[in-house]
Amino acid sequence: MADLRINLAGIESPNPFWLASAPPTNTGYQVQRAFEAGWGGAVWKTLGDPIINTSSRFAAVHYNGQRVAGFNNIELITDRPLEVNLKEIAETKKRFPDRALVASLMVEPKREKWHEIVKKVEAVGVDGLELNFGCPHGMAERGMGSASGQQPDLVEKQTYWAKEAARTPVIVKLTPNITDITATAAAAVKGCADAISLINTINSLAGVDLDSWNTIPHVGGKGSHGGYCGPAVKPIALNMVAECARNARIDVPISGIGGISDWRDAVEFMLMGATGVQVCTAVMHHGFRIIEDMLDGLNTYLDRKGIARVGELTGRSVERYTEWGNLDLNYAVTARIDTETCISCNKCYIACEDTAHQCIDRLTDAEGRSYLKVREEDCVGCNLCAIVCPVEGAIEMVEQPSALGSMTWNERQAAIASLKRKEA
Amino acid sequence: MFISAEALRRNFAEVKAGMRPKEAIEESNRCLYCYDAPCIQACPTGINIPSFIKKIATGNLTGSARTIMDANPVGASCARVCPTEELCEGACVLNHSSKPIRIGDLQRYATDWAIKNEQRLFAAGARIGRSVAVVGGGPAGLSAARELARFGFDVTVFEARAQAGGLNTYGIVSFRLPQPISLWEVEQIRGLGVDIRTNTAVGRDVTAEELLNGYDAVLLAAGMSKVPMLGIPGEELEGVYDAIELVEGTKISLSPELGGRHVAVIGAGNTAIDAATCAVRMGAVHVEICYRRTQQEMTAYEFEYEFAKSDGVAFRWLTAPQRIIGDENGRVKAIECIRMKLEPSPDGGRARPVPVPGSEFVIEANAVVKAIGQKRHVQLIDQFGLAHSRGIVSVDPATYQTSNPRIYAAGDIIFGDGQGEAMVVSAAQQGKLAAYAIYKQLAAAGVSNP
Repeated sequence: MADLRINLAGIESPNPFWLASAPPTNTGYQVQRAFEAGWGGAVWKTLGDPIINTSSRFAAVHYNGQRVAGFNNIELITDRPLEVNLKEIAETKKRFPDRALVASLMVEPKREKWHEIVKKVEAVGVDGLELNFGCPHGMAERGMGSASGQQPDLVEKQTYWAKEAARTPVIVKLTPNITDITATAAAAVKGCADAISLINTINSLAGVDLDSWNTIPHVGGKGSHGGYCGPAVKPIALNMVAECARNARIDVPISGIGGISDWRDAVEFMLMGATGVQVCTAVMHHGFRIIEDMLDGLNTYLDRKGIARVGELTGRSVERYTEWGNLDLNYAVTARIDTETCISCNKCYIACEDTAHQCIDRLTDAEGRSYLKVREEDCVGCNLCAIVCPVEGAIEMVEQPSALGSMTWNERQAAIASLKRKEA
Repeated sequence: MFISAEALRRNFAEVKAGMRPKEAIEESNRCLYCYDAPCIQACPTGINIPSFIKKIATGNLTGSARTIMDANPVGASCARVCPTEELCEGACVLNHSSKPIRIGDLQRYATDWAIKNEQRLFAAGARIGRSVAVVGGGPAGLSAARELARFGFDVTVFEARAQAGGLNTYGIVSFRLPQPISLWEVEQIRGLGVDIRTNTAVGRDVTAEELLNGYDAVLLAAGMSKVPMLGIPGEELEGVYDAIELVEGTKISLSPELGGRHVAVIGAGNTAIDAATCAVRMGAVHVEICYRRTQQEMTAYEFEYEFAKSDGVAFRWLTAPQRIIGDENGRVKAIECIRMKLEPSPDGGRARPVPVPGSEFVIEANAVVKAIGQKRHVQLIDQFGLAHSRGIVSVDPATYQTSNPRIYAAGDIIFGDGQGEAMVVSAAQQGKLAAYAIYKQLAAAGVSNP
């Protein structure tokens, strides 16, 4: 059994799995059920001036018969009075003192507003604060959420205001609806944030109904963009976490969010720099009980890898993530088809033939059976065949020894430049 | 023993339920959508299976049904009667890594949807001013008629029975293929302007000569006839049935005729199984199949055999009937059999059953059903003056032309002697190919500019 405890900028929790600020953390009843199930922490649904939520709020993208590849919501922050939330937060913390209980906050971009809410919330005993600069719908029109989160100066200023009043660690939650997330991440750090969490949801329209032509979801025949999350956004979130993790200006811990559905996703986020992770869509799909396999799977994985503490995973793959210009242009892999395992669906053949490099041949053996073979000399190692292959292990991408040494694009450009200098 | 009309109706209702929508969605999404898929090659009619399955997955059920019926004009019936594990499903690449796609069930799902939603899937082609007489409205004849109508021919189908559909309408037990499915296929074809003249037998209501004089081409697709005589004493007794007639009877109206009876079925082909399971469902108390060879040699499909066993049908192998014994009123009361043993065939073919001397024994039975194959329409073939071998019409395998080049033949009437296959789906394909040959032949004669 590995040690699963984490410490994110001073906030301690018994395991790295927190519930993200969202519908599952709307009430004390829910958060306490989650803690009973084993969740290590929870970020309470965003507190602020109560709003009115619409009826019909969520929608999902289903893919090839699988439910919830992606999830879209137009729900806003809490619609319950602040006092009720604070009372339940206090009760929850009292019942589960060892869990991380973080309050998500969103107020107008005014100094006194931030001071006021930070003091009220800290008074009931939270372990930390998360500033919601990410919510992409509803609140943005009022100058809050992603409206302020898209402006680095506002992020910095508001973080600073919160920090002025805060005695617990302040996490700044970032919106992905921005060209370069490291700009706002750096602004948060400049504003003295203790940690950042990312990503919030991505602007989205889940779909259009083919019969009624209404948006999905619609509220009385009208729709509005929502925030997208769930398994489909994981690669986007993972990249943004990694970009922050490898950026020297962003030297604070990261809480990873975005499509994390099981322990494997969590490990990936941690390897790419996250100290802990936050989960929402997966519990909305399956309930809090998924924590059982998350803990068990993570534990088993760490034991198998011989890792004593989960914290040792954090950032271990960050140095392997770099600019394209640093990739070795002489590195080569080629596809190899194992005819024993191959079931002859010809998916790789048609994918390569129509959309890649036409290097898979359909041949016939001595017994008249057809089989597939890669013309390795024409294979560029794009991986497409292995991606479309439905059978594990039928196509392997084999590393090819290179006669040439490593040469990156940056090195190549530098070499050309130095040659030109010599010529001159 | 009494069997109620309600119990009879229930016994003959379709055994297998159709897929539920979620099942169909899950299963259709499991299909890999292979390129140059082996299931297509394995389908005698070459249905583009990955395409029709993809269409189920995308909610395009009309398109799915059209893809199926385009390749196979009796594709709704075939969804139920095809030996899929020997055809498409047997070829599915997923056999090598998990389990095959339930292609037959998905085909049924799409075609059932089209039936339920009254889809009209095809339109007739522009008239080309040529006519074809199709003799026989079974799978081969209907299939040809459909394709010919799409080419723009004026097509008339001459069907001896009250309804078209042939084997699908009259020969396959209702609990596997309900009659409305086959009749929907007939209506689809009638909807293309094909004139289907039922209760019209060649040689009785119309002559071969009239067809040859009145049409540019004739397609002979009359299938096969009744079960032949066993050639043993007692066949004339009351209580001896022809399996084909027995099954056909249940397709017209259900009778409790075999209620409480002990039934012996002679033969172990698919028709024997159909007759045996029909007998069970008509209320027979005991049904056994007597076959002179063994399970190894029987021609019934494996799934048919399993189905019969699950219906409680008993099997007596290496058992040949010697004579049927009647009571004083001329009714069957028993059947005397003799044990057989198998000896290698001198020509290396199927093992030969040989009687074991002195091994006679008597089986109590008050109904005997003959299911030892089907007779040929020799009389009909002779009316057209066609060359044949023991009732199997000789055709050019490339053009389906008979010894009279204006007469083509397809389906069971050409099955046998290593020619063709006795499956509905093969008959449908032969009908299509015969139609293409007729089109090509008549187009070569200037049909495109009549």
